Formats: sequence, structure tokens, C-alpha cells
Amino acid sequence: MNYIFTFLILISIICAIINNRLDVAIDEMLKSATRAVQISFSLIGIMAFWLGIVKIAQNSGLMELFSKLVKKPLVFLMPDLKENPNALSNVALNISANALGLSNAATPFGIKAMDNMQEKNPNKNVATNSMCMFLAINTAGFQIVPAVVIAILSANGMSNPTQIILPTLIVTTIAFVSAIFFAKILEGRFE
Amino acid sequence: MIKFLNLLSLYILPLIIVFILIYALAKKTPAYESFVDGAKDGFSIAIKIIPYLIAIMVCTALLRASGAIDIVQNLLKPVLDFLKIPVETTLIMLTRSLSGSATLGVLGDIINQTGVNSYATKLAAVIAGSSETTFYVASVYFGSVGIKKFKHALLAGILADIVGIFAAIFVCSWFFL
Repeated sequence: MNYIFTFLILISIICAIINNRLDVAIDEMLKSATRAVQISFSLIGIMAFWLGIVKIAQNSGLMELFSKLVKKPLVFLMPDLKENPNALSNVALNISANALGLSNAATPFGIKAMDNMQEKNPNKNVATNSMCMFLAINTAGFQIVPAVVIAILSANGMSNPTQIILPTLIVTTIAFVSAIFFAKILEGRFE
Repeated sequence: MIKFLNLLSLYILPLIIVFILIYALAKKTPAYESFVDGAKDGFSIAIKIIPYLIAIMVCTALLRASGAIDIVQNLLKPVLDFLKIPVETTLIMLTRSLSGSATLGVLGDIINQTGVNSYATKLAAVIAGSSETTFYVASVYFGSVGIKKFKHALLAGILADIVGIFAAIFVCSWFFL
């Protein structure tokens, strides 16, 4: 990341000098920094609202109910979690929290799940198949409501920002299913 | 069909909220106190992404204003036109696997460049909303327990990301074009 950052800025400044657009480029550079702060601040309202709603779901036990429902299909995907109930419930809670868009709450569950799986791992340096499956599922980022993105669109004045919910849900489901598919067919090919 | 689906999009969010509230009512959970407690985190999350957003948005603004990105985008243009992909969205397809905050920064840049109601913005929003950053998740989760050999985890994640990008292109052209 350090090299990419440095490279991008240096190459831009060199290009700007060659194209004789240095004044425009510097002006844009300063303006965009201000714009970044404006975007972040404009997120606060909707983020706070959504996190508040989701906290109700957490406190009422809805999230735990949801995580109980996903346990059965999870055992099918990660068979060795049958003997590791702690790992299983942390994986389920992680996926439920992610589905609600609570990535901050999801990470601790995910790390605990990894810890529990590591305890039963015979080879501590190498990931187990279940760990790989869990990671692949996680990177697909299954989410019911993309709250942050909706917040950005709404803050910039889109008239009907919830129109992206269904297309996003379809795409994230496709990515989720293909993550499971790839994790399964690649199993055992990287020993 | 599309009209019905767009209507469905409109109803998903209120339905979820109503369901959460009724469930809380049935379980006698203090809804208002829970809401206020949860909403507190909104501020810290928004503040936390500021430095990342600045870094990425300054980079992309510089790349664009200096003309550097025109060179790359002109090379890719024939392929992109064929697939009906707006040229502005190429950057977000690369950042989505690397960094979530960077992806939001690029989304902000696309809105600023093409307008909030443009097709490019909608496609970029779907790409940003449907992904999690593969490399970040891998380094946090495997790093936390000291796993050094990732085996097929990263490859599966990246292949799923690629499928996700193509799915986004097709679903969006169906919904919004």
C-alpha cells in the first residue's frame, strides 16, 4: 500500500507536468481532500440510524435466532465443526452480524471462531479446509442492506437510493454462492 | 417485471425495520434505549474512515486531473464499450478486493465526476455494496491466529470477487439500462 500510494501520486504529478495541467491537478488535489471529509461527515446520520435499528435486533435476540438458523447449513459446509460447537456458534454469529451490516461487531466473532478452529488444528501454520471455507464466505461479504453505500448515495442527493438494495442483494448472493463453490472444489489441491 | 423489482427494493428496508421492531416488542426489549445505544457508534465509524478516504480520493483526483488515467482508460475503452461498462467504474473493480475505505473513496469520486443519478454511480454502488475486502479479511483473520499457509482461501475469495464483478455488470445493465 505504501508503494502504491507513493507511485500513484508521483506518476500523477509527472503526468500533470507533461500535460501542462499542474495548476488544475493541484487544485483538484486540495479540493478532493475537503470533499473526503464532507463525505465522511454526511455518513454519520444514516450510519447512526442503521446501527441503532440493528442494535434493537441484537438486544432482542433476533440476531442469535438468525445464527441458530444458519448453523445446520454451516455444518454441511464445514463438517469438522460438528465436534467444535464453540467455533460453529462464533462462525454463525459472525455471518449474522455481517448480514446485518455490522462489520465492527462481526470481526471479534470471526477472530474467536478462528481461535476455536486453531485449537483443533493439528498443523498450526497451515489453514484447515474449514478455515478456508469460512474465509471465502467472509470475503464474499454477504449483506442484506448495504447501509454505508446507501448513506453515501443519499448524502449526495440521489432521489431513491434504496433502488440499489435488490440488485446488490442478487449480486452478493451470487458472489456468496460462488465463494462456497470455489472453496469446495479447490479443497485438497493446495496441500 | 423491472417495475415490480424496483418496488421490491423500496419495500425491503421498511419491512426489515418493521420486523425488527415487532420482534423486539414481542420479546419486551427496550427498543428506544437499544436504538440510542447502537446509534452512538455511527459517529466513530464515520470519523474512522476519514484518513483513508482522503488518501484515496486525493490519489484518484490527481490521477484524473493530471490526465494519467486517460491513458489507461483509452486503452481499455473498446472492451468496456462492448460490455457496456462505464469507463469511470474500472478503478472500483480493482479497489474492492483491496480496501473497503478505498472503495468508498472511489465511489465518492465517481459520484462527483458523473453525477449521483448516472449509470456509472449505480454500478459502482452495487459493486461497493456487494463486496468485502478479500485481502483485509484474510490478513486479519489468519493473522490473528498465526496461520501462515493460506492454501486455497485467497484464490477462492478472488475468484468469487471476479464472479461478483461480472454479476454486478449484468444485473445492473438489466435493472438500470
